[in-house]
Amino acid sequence: MTALAAVIRRDMRVALRVGGGALIGVLFFLTVVVLMPFAVGPDLALLKKLGPAILWLGALLASLLTLDRLFTADHDDGSLDLIVMGRTPLELVCAAKALAHWLAVGLPLVAATPVLGLLLNLDAVATGAVALTLLAGTPALTFTGMVGAALAVVLRRGGLLLSVLVLPLSIPVLIFGVAASNAAISGPSPFGTPFSILCALSLSSLVIGPFAAAASLRHGLD
Amino acid sequence: MRLSGNGLRCVRGGREVFSGLDVAAESGHAVAITGPNGAGKTSLLRLLAGLLAMEGGSISLEGGDPELTLPEQAHYLGHRDALKPALMVRENLSFWRDFLGGGKSDESDALAAVGLDHVAHLPAAYLSAGQRRRLSIARLLAVKRPVWLLDEPTSALDVTGQAAFAAIMTGHLAGGGIILAATHTPLGIAVRELRIGGAA
Repeated sequence: MTALAAVIRRDMRVALRVGGGALIGVLFFLTVVVLMPFAVGPDLALLKKLGPAILWLGALLASLLTLDRLFTADHDDGSLDLIVMGRTPLELVCAAKALAHWLAVGLPLVAATPVLGLLLNLDAVATGAVALTLLAGTPALTFTGMVGAALAVVLRRGGLLLSVLVLPLSIPVLIFGVAASNAAISGPSPFGTPFSILCALSLSSLVIGPFAAAASLRHGLD
Repeated sequence: MRLSGNGLRCVRGGREVFSGLDVAAESGHAVAITGPNGAGKTSLLRLLAGLLAMEGGSISLEGGDPELTLPEQAHYLGHRDALKPALMVRENLSFWRDFLGGGKSDESDALAAVGLDHVAHLPAAYLSAGQRRRLSIARLLAVKRPVWLLDEPTSALDVTGQAAFAAIMTGHLAGGGIILAATHTPLGIAVRELRIGGAA
């Protein structure tokens, strides 16, 4: 337990300090969402309709942006060697690293959603619904993205490969995240069904992600 | 305690680095692995550390903890220092102590032993190459492991640093530890030499 707590503490410290990923993620999210009204035009009704989708896409890209350093940084400085040799199961370490990444990058995205909702003409209920679906869905983005990060760790320019690998896997999360948000805003379909599926996607990625990531890290040792 | 590897074979990128290699070390003894560049010194250490797939042969550690594998009972000091530039010197060391399951031993002692106690609050980004290496060595002291696998441990160390490290290694051997070190320069301790690769 001490070992896993140490991993979470270290990764969060690194993310929150100079050059870390936490602030970059939120700023990128902000930029993407702010750009949208300029591209779509000042049609408030249209913005309100597209709002949940824009917020979800922004969050997806922002969490992907910082994921490629999840294992590459440890690989480049040699920490990964010692982590693999350690007595703590690699699967648990992967889960701890993903949790730290979500706390440092995913959670701030959820917290920023209400502010960005204002820019997209979303009312309080709609913003709340999007924030809730992001809270339930971003763990799935982090934990599936981690598998791609582990696969890309030994390759140069792994960040590009990561996007190609992970974006298709994120499609179900995106579909049900936006569907649940829209159901809460405009109906008529119930909110509960897509939201339950979104939660199920997150929970299954919490289980599968660490095992897949650990397996690909072990395989990629050189 | 006795560490032995028999008939080890290592293949990297489709090229055989070495095969049929035997290596053995007992408690209190150090083995210096020497040989020309590319002979497979680092590969041998990484093989023992479980960081490379073994293509043939066997590795065993007699007299160790039967519940643990060899990598779990070994320290690996590689070319890369495993430090986070954004973290302070003390934070870097305490992370590895916690992660590797070190005891309550105060990390201040380990830092003092490598002469870094005066920069404990500095981010590791500001350390020189030699100081980074000293900080890695502090990790060996903060967490007890019987087997030390060292890859060019004295690179970047100054003369006093090398002498201090020789004393640290002597202490480890006196406590019944095992050291395998890949090196080009004399370590300053009594070693048995294992020369691999090339007749020269």
